[in-house]
Amino acid sequence: MSGAREEVLARLRAARDAGAPRGGVPPVPRGYHRSGSLAPGSAQVLDLLVERVEDYRARVLRAGSDDEVAGAVARCLDEAGSRRVVVPADLAPGWRPRTGEREVVEEHPGSPLAVAELDDLDAVVTGSTVAIALTGTIVLAGGGPGQGRRALTLVPDHHVCVVRAADVVETVPEALARLDPSVPLTFVSGPSATSDIELDRVEGVHGPRRLDVVVLR
Amino acid sequence: MSTTDLGMPAVRGGARDGSRDTGLPTHSVAGQGNLRGTTSFPRAAHEKLADTQLRRNLGKATGIIRGKRAGVVAELDDWEELRLAGSALKADVMARLPELLEQLEENVTARGGHVHWARDAAEANAVVAELVRATGSDEVVKVKSMATQETGLNEALAEQGITAWETDLAELIVQLGHDAPSHILVPAIHRNRSEIREIFLREMPGVDPALSDDPRELAMAARAHLRRKFLTAKVAVSGANFAVADTGTLCVVESEGNGRMCLTLPGTLITLMGVEKLVPTFSDLEVFLQLLPRSSTGERMNPYTSTWTGVTPGDGPQEFHLVLLDNGRSAVLADEDGRAALHCIRCSACLNVCPVYERVGGHAYGSVYPGPIGAVLSPMLTGISGPDDPNASLPYASSLCGACFDACPVRIDIPNLLVQQRAASVESHPRPTAQDLALRAAALVMSSPGRFAAAEKGLALGRLLAGREGRISSLPWPLSHWTDSRDVPAPPAETARQWWARTGGHDEQDGERS
Repeated sequence: MSGAREEVLARLRAARDAGAPRGGVPPVPRGYHRSGSLAPGSAQVLDLLVERVEDYRARVLRAGSDDEVAGAVARCLDEAGSRRVVVPADLAPGWRPRTGEREVVEEHPGSPLAVAELDDLDAVVTGSTVAIALTGTIVLAGGGPGQGRRALTLVPDHHVCVVRAADVVETVPEALARLDPSVPLTFVSGPSATSDIELDRVEGVHGPRRLDVVVLR
Repeated sequence: MSTTDLGMPAVRGGARDGSRDTGLPTHSVAGQGNLRGTTSFPRAAHEKLADTQLRRNLGKATGIIRGKRAGVVAELDDWEELRLAGSALKADVMARLPELLEQLEENVTARGGHVHWARDAAEANAVVAELVRATGSDEVVKVKSMATQETGLNEALAEQGITAWETDLAELIVQLGHDAPSHILVPAIHRNRSEIREIFLREMPGVDPALSDDPRELAMAARAHLRRKFLTAKVAVSGANFAVADTGTLCVVESEGNGRMCLTLPGTLITLMGVEKLVPTFSDLEVFLQLLPRSSTGERMNPYTSTWTGVTPGDGPQEFHLVLLDNGRSAVLADEDGRAALHCIRCSACLNVCPVYERVGGHAYGSVYPGPIGAVLSPMLTGISGPDDPNASLPYASSLCGACFDACPVRIDIPNLLVQQRAASVESHPRPTAQDLALRAAALVMSSPGRFAAAEKGLALGRLLAGREGRISSLPWPLSHWTDSRDVPAPPAETARQWWARTGGHDEQDGERS
């Protein structure tokens, strides 16, 4: 295969020179907005996020304290009938659903659950790294605080995700500037969906069919 | 293939035996993959135009997506600035492509991934098949990918006894229907809900016979069908929307979560990607992650975007292979104007706004890349072998209305490239065609006032043919090519020259003409 590498690179070098633009390549114009007009974590940016996430038909609840987060999480789980819940071991203690009617399983990085075990669980509760208000997007960083590995937020059918106000920015460029590309990232904008049949949008396919977001200010 | 006066190396046709490495830009190899159909566009389009169901399906779907796209694009007051940045970023990538690919390779390798290179479709398929075989698995789950459609990977794997399971809903519909994709984003756009229901009832084992044609029920049937596969598959094959040179990060943009399943659960991930899908830096994704979803599905953001860099211990596949594919891209890169076709981010906005695509659908183009971008990209990747090459007719699959350029998020001047490819198509003719002869005859007539005046007398015959309707609906061969599908208006009663001779330029009603 090293033959293929050398040959493809040789072809591309010859092509790069043969087709080089006579005037050279102009610098990239960055006239687009690289930051928004709303301050990260401000009331306005939170309002925008809530509106845009709800537009994807995800549920959004607001909380003013860690205590209220636990209550909101419990409400989301109860309303969906999610009884068996998994959380990453480092999820903030205050955000955990109070047990009682529910079974809460912790996943530790050193001892991951089998995929079949994850499939048996009803819901997952996690934190998040960044949220983009303009597009209603929440970014999960694999192994980030309270976020666990990627499979954890994928296999259970119901995802309850906590977003902290300080992590909410207005635009896509502001969000990317806060992210570390060396860890696996998942950008989530509403529940899974498809428009493959007559371009008719159907929410809920292979990813979690239900997404609830708790915004903590 | 033409050469220019710039002293550029000739672009090579794909080598038959694939072993003659010359280091020169090379077209894809004839007979491999799915870049060329078997019929010329006019003939295929003629057939498709008769399919009224197809036209209804396409008209409805493209109408919906055009409306959604227009709405979300209008929300951004910096849309044009994003397009300019996207276009310039891609131009920069093309100018540094070999260096950026080596940087990508270095970063992927440093993070525990393996990088492979493929000259053409057959080599890419062989590399993937070998990697799958090495895992001991005889099946793979697949994320929707244009590159693997281009190389015909599924068929190549099947020949090796490896089953490929398409997991994108539209790709699944195409696969179960033993059909071919007809759209870059929604490969089953030519199917309506009741056709999809019939395919599922016929081909999906264990499906509920009471399945209705409600899109929600159909999507849930697909979920049930694929769930077990996702949870047990050992190997996944994906394409890539973007690869970041300076970090080695790969990016897949999707909606259903089938992509996340494939990218996360199996132990081995194999990604096949065209060499042009690079962006220089991670922060450059800030441009494309805004341009792509709004242009493609008409959403502010697609439901899921996944990025990964090599292998992450304890999270996702522990074996990652990246296969970098040329397959004609070097030939496109060697053309100063034509290389803009490699800027394409496969959003399909140009298909959805194209009046030609909307009426004939994707299959008429033969290649897996249909629509305006396909009409330029396909013949550029394959080269045009002669007048009988089906891809020679693709650059004419357009009225040059310009809607595709306006919709393109990276400002590819598709109408200009179509005209250039028309020139390439004409140059490929070794003998004069009927059109050449007709134009030569016209030149002969028009270059002599006497001959022109004589020809004008023939117009009276045209009025006779048209009758009282003022339309000519049938002319003898070879003009019947035109009148088979269109009427010709009757010629006017007098020509401009006759009118001038009679009035001296003074219209009897309007007085002096301005």
